[in-house]
Amino acid sequence: MQPFELVRAPSPSDAAQLTKDEHTRLIAGGTNLLDLMKLQVETPSRLADISRLDCAEITDTPDGGLRIGALVTNTATAVHPRVRQDYPVLARAILAGATQQLRNKATTGGNLCQRTRCFYFTKIDQPCNKRDPGSGCSAIEGVAKLHAVLGTSDQCIATYPGDMAVAMSALDAEVHIMKEDGTERSVPVRDFHLLPGDTPWRENELGRGEMITAVTLPPPVGGAHYYRKVRERSSYAFALVSVAAVIEIEGGVFTRADLAFGGLAHKPWFDPAIGAVLLGKAADDALFDEAADVLLQSARGFGENDFKIPLARRTLRAVLTQAVEDAA
Amino acid sequence: MSTTRTENDGKARLDDMKQGVLGEPLPRIDGLAKVTGTARYAAEYPIDNCAEGVLVTSTITHGTVTRLDTQAALTMPGVIAVIDDSRLITRAVQGTAGEAPQQAPVTVCYWGQPIALVVAESFEQARDAAKRIHVEYDASPNPSLSPDDVTPEEQEDDTVSQGDLEQAMKDAAHSVDVRIATKGHASAAMEPHAAIADWDGEELTVHASLQMLNYNISELADALDIPEDKIRLIARFVGGGFGSKLGISPDVVAASLASIKLKRPVRVVLSRQQVFQCIMRRSETTQRLRLAATSEGKLIGFGHEALVSNLPGEEFCEPVLQSSHFMYRGENRELMLNLARIHRMTAGSVRAPGEAVGMPALEAAMDMLAEKSGVDPVQLRLMNIPDKDPENDLPFSSHKLAECLRQGADAFGWDAGPRKARQRREGEWWIGTGMASGARIHNTMESRTRVTLSADGTARVETDMTDIGTGTYTILAQMVAEMLGMDPAAVRVDIGDTRHPRGPGSGGSWGASSIGSAAFLACRAIREDLAARAGVAEEALDLRDGKVGGGRTLVDVLGGESLSHEGHYKPAKAQEEYTAAGFGAFFAQVRVNHFTGETRVDRMLGAFGFGRVLNRRTARSQFLGGLTWSIGTALTEALEFDPRDGHLVNCDLAEYHVPVHRDVPDLDVVLVEERDAIASPIEAKGIGELGMCGGAAAIGNAIYNACGARVLQFPITPDSVLASLPRDSCKLLREAGAMRGLA
Ligand SMILES: Cc1cc2nc3c(=O)[nH]c(=O)nc-3n(C[C@H](O)[C@H](O)[C@H](O)COP(=O)(O)OP(=O)(O)OC[C@H]3O[C@@H](n4cnc5c(N)ncnc54)[C@H](O)[C@@H]3O)c2cc1C
Ligand code: SF4
Repeated sequence: MQPFELVRAPSPSDAAQLTKDEHTRLIAGGTNLLDLMKLQVETPSRLADISRLDCAEITDTPDGGLRIGALVTNTATAVHPRVRQDYPVLARAILAGATQQLRNKATTGGNLCQRTRCFYFTKIDQPCNKRDPGSGCSAIEGVAKLHAVLGTSDQCIATYPGDMAVAMSALDAEVHIMKEDGTERSVPVRDFHLLPGDTPWRENELGRGEMITAVTLPPPVGGAHYYRKVRERSSYAFALVSVAAVIEIEGGVFTRADLAFGGLAHKPWFDPAIGAVLLGKAADDALFDEAADVLLQSARGFGENDFKIPLARRTLRAVLTQAVEDAA
Repeated sequence: MSTTRTENDGKARLDDMKQGVLGEPLPRIDGLAKVTGTARYAAEYPIDNCAEGVLVTSTITHGTVTRLDTQAALTMPGVIAVIDDSRLITRAVQGTAGEAPQQAPVTVCYWGQPIALVVAESFEQARDAAKRIHVEYDASPNPSLSPDDVTPEEQEDDTVSQGDLEQAMKDAAHSVDVRIATKGHASAAMEPHAAIADWDGEELTVHASLQMLNYNISELADALDIPEDKIRLIARFVGGGFGSKLGISPDVVAASLASIKLKRPVRVVLSRQQVFQCIMRRSETTQRLRLAATSEGKLIGFGHEALVSNLPGEEFCEPVLQSSHFMYRGENRELMLNLARIHRMTAGSVRAPGEAVGMPALEAAMDMLAEKSGVDPVQLRLMNIPDKDPENDLPFSSHKLAECLRQGADAFGWDAGPRKARQRREGEWWIGTGMASGARIHNTMESRTRVTLSADGTARVETDMTDIGTGTYTILAQMVAEMLGMDPAAVRVDIGDTRHPRGPGSGGSWGASSIGSAAFLACRAIREDLAARAGVAEEALDLRDGKVGGGRTLVDVLGGESLSHEGHYKPAKAQEEYTAAGFGAFFAQVRVNHFTGETRVDRMLGAFGFGRVLNRRTARSQFLGGLTWSIGTALTEALEFDPRDGHLVNCDLAEYHVPVHRDVPDLDVVLVEERDAIASPIEAKGIGELGMCGGAAAIGNAIYNACGARVLQFPITPDSVLASLPRDSCKLLREAGAMRGLA
């Protein structure tokens, strides 16, 4: 860890302003940033503490949705009565992540911006295009069990490791961003994270001079909510594959199928075509496979993570099968 | 008064004692200090003017350091010095080595090897400066990184060739010939390796996290080239060791050298990554098992070969076959252990070296034999228990495997009979059961401890023996309280300090039986003194509740004097005439998700025969820990090395997966109590490691029983389960294609 100056941002727009300096990082719960600073993956010379800003509330929105402040802890979101009642997929996704202690510190904004768990990204003496542009990607021919099979590039095959954003993606939530001048813009969660392409260091839509202030959820979407996370140990492990699903089945046919996937790509994977396969059709194994075919049409493994391709298919099948059973 | 008693007459007499505290489930006497945070671990001692050191480690795998550019670091604020003394040790020292390794820090043999130490006023300054040291190397072009890259060396001591196994395999009604691989393991103790060294110009005092001070003091003296009597090592509390703290580690020597040079205290704490990268690993293994049996399942041939690895120059060789030599009958035998020299960090003792990976492989093969022969797995083990060591004809000191199998099967509710896979399904989950036997060799080591009975009727035990979380404090108090007839609360246990007599160290599961025996002998000498005063024979002396013979108090009999004896236990020659081991039987029920291949353990039971129970609570806890590690070995633990430069990629507890609470279900332990007079004077054997010697196979066998996936590797991860599922439908075949990237 390198020495740094700690300042407290008096307001979100001040915080946004501070990030114009490329050596400044916002710190919320610190559960990701501090680890990376100890490893010198992140070497900011200034930290702007946003943890006491007034963005730590969950409030109803006029249209009946919910606004979750950027500094609400993951625990507070997961236990909120309206989240549990109207958006259980979100509560389940959060509770499937990390540990209670981490969730008590982790925040909405920090969770969205958490960085990849790629083994090579976190070791500063290994080549990594994300950390050190142009140095190469060590994972492509290295230990890549955790890595992506969708939307990869020859520059980077890392995954976005989080759970919360996968559920938010299924729910079509919006990320609210404050700019340095105090104005706000918003971006759908589905578009917030980026694919690596030729710029793997750019992970999301957030630019310099911006800070996340909240995430809003649309009015309750109904349906049955599922979050299925496959992992090697039953807790405290990142997803090999995860599926967030909001499903409605009426008269034996799918009338809603909002599906997002974690562990497969540099972003929560959402493709409306996957759910569209199901809509208006009666459930059967062949139909599930057809949906999986759409999900996996461009999938490509890198040896160690080849298994994710059939695993994603099987996990999708598991979720849909369960939804059909529950609806019966 | 102080005399030395050296004795091992095999007659414990402990059962004649009257206090009745030995074996009782006394809560740990150090428990309160631990849970309230007042128990001090090595790095926690408040020491004035302590400087902080951080190790600089190599970023190449093999080669020579040609230049260490310290300029930038030395000019940073707070930085005091860069120590690149040739006496720095670059590897963790093997257990019981008693001397320092020969290798100098300029010769790099593995990625992450310590090269130098940066010392600064604050830890943060030292950590930052350590990253700014520019190291130039002359790197070797193609270091061997994988056991497949080299021709291995045969370990002749382990080779056994008896009869004709190949012929037996041909003659056998049922045979199994299978290869099973296990990945490397890290000890993964909670407390990182850490030391505070303080040189006062005359004497060096070192607080360190170490398991065997009796050897560590010699290792440190050798490393520093100063006499042992100038060194005091203190390790009163150790936050887990699991083998990784048997020998001194680089932090201990580095802190000491820095303190001597700078004439002030220096603390060195390894980062979690450094613990993973430069402390012991358990070698990965590839094993071949050959079992030849008659139509009823009686073994006529037994083959076990293993390939393991270590660094060039290291003597340690994961003793995979250790218990295979005597586990089962079979007159035609081939056993062979091979060692590949590769450039990964030192391989050494990690939790039950040998059996922890050898037994699961053997027991997976036994499960396959049970299936082939149609014999119930418990029956198959029972009928193959040898009545003496099948290789050297020695008798067993005691052997409770049959009782463990029977009592374990009973308590678990094992359905006897031939078995078929894929019989039970609950929703998405296949349910199955499996079992395995296990064994762990028993050793004891020379030990000394002083016991003092004070004039006020309280007692003190002093030794440099450590308690690494196992319960040594408590069982020593119980032993002395039992022998001298007092409340354990009246016994002060002062351990983990080399000013005291040399104990055996905590390792190889020999701690309790060895140090317990030394305490027993010291107490017996005190009893003889007391008997003389009371005018009775020692055997007739009745000590209970601080009273002699139910009448006079101890205080009275002592008459203002105190009695002190050093107990000196030396393993008896008679032990060499027996094969001694603890035995166990493991049973598990698992569920395997038929969609995702995830395995969860529903319940698990172990039944163990291991000599006398010294404390039912701490003994049970040792087994609960062993069963937990069995789950790790079975399902999650694996060191992953980069194929190009050999560095360890998953070097923290987020990515090296030990079981978490949710992975560990109801565990049940059956203690099959016995007395083993050969094993030690107190008739106890080792228990610490036994709980994980075979348990992983019970889980693997249960996975097979559940879903039909016979995974020939440990850990058994979801992807390996999916890849091994029987390919019994078109859909699955299509997935097999997808597995190869053809989706
Ligand atoms: C061992 C371990 C296991 C974990 N397991 C999981 C898991 O299974 N699933 C999972 O989803 N997560 C997991 N996590 C990650 C955890 O959820 C994140 O670390 C946490 O959510 C980050 O939140 P934070 O507030 O602590 O972020 P910080 O560490 O404070 O910040 C992280 C990043 O976000 C930026 N940031 C923070 N707030 C804002 C804002 N308002 N606007 C703009 N930028 C901002 C920071 O500048 C920084 O770059 C795990 C973490 C650890 C350490
Ligand atoms: S996958 Fe991405 S993060 Fe990992 S080494 Fe390659 S470039 Fe770096």
